[in-house]
Amino acid sequence: MALEYTDKVIEHFRNPRNVGVIENPDGIGKVTSPICGDIMELYIKVKDNIIVDAKFQTFGCAAAVASSSILTEIIIGKPVKEALKITNKRIVKALGGLPKEKLHCSVLAEDGVKSAIEDYLRKAKRR
Amino acid sequence: MNEKFIYLDHNATTPADLRVIEAMRPYFNELYGNPLSLYKFASKSREAVELAREKVAKLLNAEPNEIIFTSGGTEANNVAIKGVAHANLTAVRQVKKRGNHIITSKIEHPAVLKPCKWLESQGFKVTYISVDKYGVIDLDELRDAITDKTILISIMHANNEVGTIEPIEEISRLAKEHNVYFHTDAVQTVGKTSTNVDELGVDLLSLSGHKFYGPKGVGALYIRRGTKLVPFVHGGGHERNLRAGTHNVPGIVGLGKACEIAELEREEAKKLKRLRDKLYQGIMDKIPEVIFPGHPENRLAGTLSICVKYVEGESMLINLDFEGIAVSSGSACASGSLEPSHVLLAMGIPREVAHSSLRFSLGRDNTDEDIDKVLTVFPNIVKKLRKISPFGKHR
Repeated sequence: MALEYTDKVIEHFRNPRNVGVIENPDGIGKVTSPICGDIMELYIKVKDNIIVDAKFQTFGCAAAVASSSILTEIIIGKPVKEALKITNKRIVKALGGLPKEKLHCSVLAEDGVKSAIEDYLRKAKRR
Repeated sequence: MNEKFIYLDHNATTPADLRVIEAMRPYFNELYGNPLSLYKFASKSREAVELAREKVAKLLNAEPNEIIFTSGGTEANNVAIKGVAHANLTAVRQVKKRGNHIITSKIEHPAVLKPCKWLESQGFKVTYISVDKYGVIDLDELRDAITDKTILISIMHANNEVGTIEPIEEISRLAKEHNVYFHTDAVQTVGKTSTNVDELGVDLLSLSGHKFYGPKGVGALYIRRGTKLVPFVHGGGHERNLRAGTHNVPGIVGLGKACEIAELEREEAKKLKRLRDKLYQGIMDKIPEVIFPGHPENRLAGTLSICVKYVEGESMLINLDFEGIAVSSGSACASGSLEPSHVLLAMGIPREVAHSSLRFSLGRDNTDEDIDKVLTVFPNIVKKLRKISPFGKHR
């Protein structure tokens, strides 16, 4: 399979932003792609309903890593409610496109942020 | 990118040898006659095709009239498998045995698996034999699978992904005992290791030019005298009516030349093995938690298959590509089919580990410097990717 990644994808893959783990996060999302088995973990820190920090770790291909990386850039500084509305299409657009067979990698990132926010909301309710 | 490009994907394809290209050159526009035409000019093309046939036969220790030319390994496999299967459906006389059962393995190339799957849709029964953790065929399972309806066994000579060499002689003894045709896909071994058809004991053997420094688009099928096949491509009477279509004369000439060169370069396997073992040792020493699928000894000299735990294969492949190093991966992400390698799964390797696979396959032009470069950059690539990996933090 020839690789048809955009410069943006390659750039995020080579220099991924916000890699790592947040100690005492407000929400954690751990998701696995049902399509290929890639795994993403997303940690978020929330203050006054705004995502103030996000870090990720991803076991996956260049598209999965780039999707995770750009997702963290998109969500940091966003209100939780807005971040919850982010779709994989938004991620693909931000990356300047993904090869057709790699679209599911952007779904992994969408699932990751939803899962992390749901975890945050669950924990917030308990407090 | 002024660094030297390092090609380590020779099981995928090889560069054509310059001697091959030179041999082919006159047959494009000087000696372009159709080998089947009757005037003198065309006899030059015919002679070239027949000389190439002799060279292919010599490499296999076969007779020239036991070789037919095809468009490559995939077509040779299709001609062999469908040809034997359909000979059983039609009124071909003296067919070895009537039946509808084919035996193959779980680790064959798609060029064997897909024709078998298609034959299943046409009413044939196919048994897919398991392999052990090294990728070696389970001979007991194979023996037990043979029935009085079995007409063909097709087992590859060496596996393209992990390099394991199969016990072809033992399989051919079983096939003979039960009067069953035996085909081997030898695309990965012809030109690299001994492929003497009498020692192997096979009835049919597929080979492909571009896997051993010949041109792309040409291959051959060895058909032991007396083996009954029905044709698969119908048309003019080329190749004893078994494969119609005007001969790819330059390609055939190039294939013949590649076979001739392979005989001269028999010592090459030693060099490949030394370089491959150096790469293996270096990875062992520098990168923790790597597994090496494939048989430790009975393996193609230039093939090194690895699984680097906690890192996905395509991400390693692309990072190596940034460094000008070309390799392949059996990861789900790299496959296009979104399934990890069926070969690694059949060997009992867990899905997430198969997802971390990478294959280095060395060839004639590789040097110690190439391996040194890989051993310099690859450990850092793994370290960087493991930092991104969610599995990384637990260690």
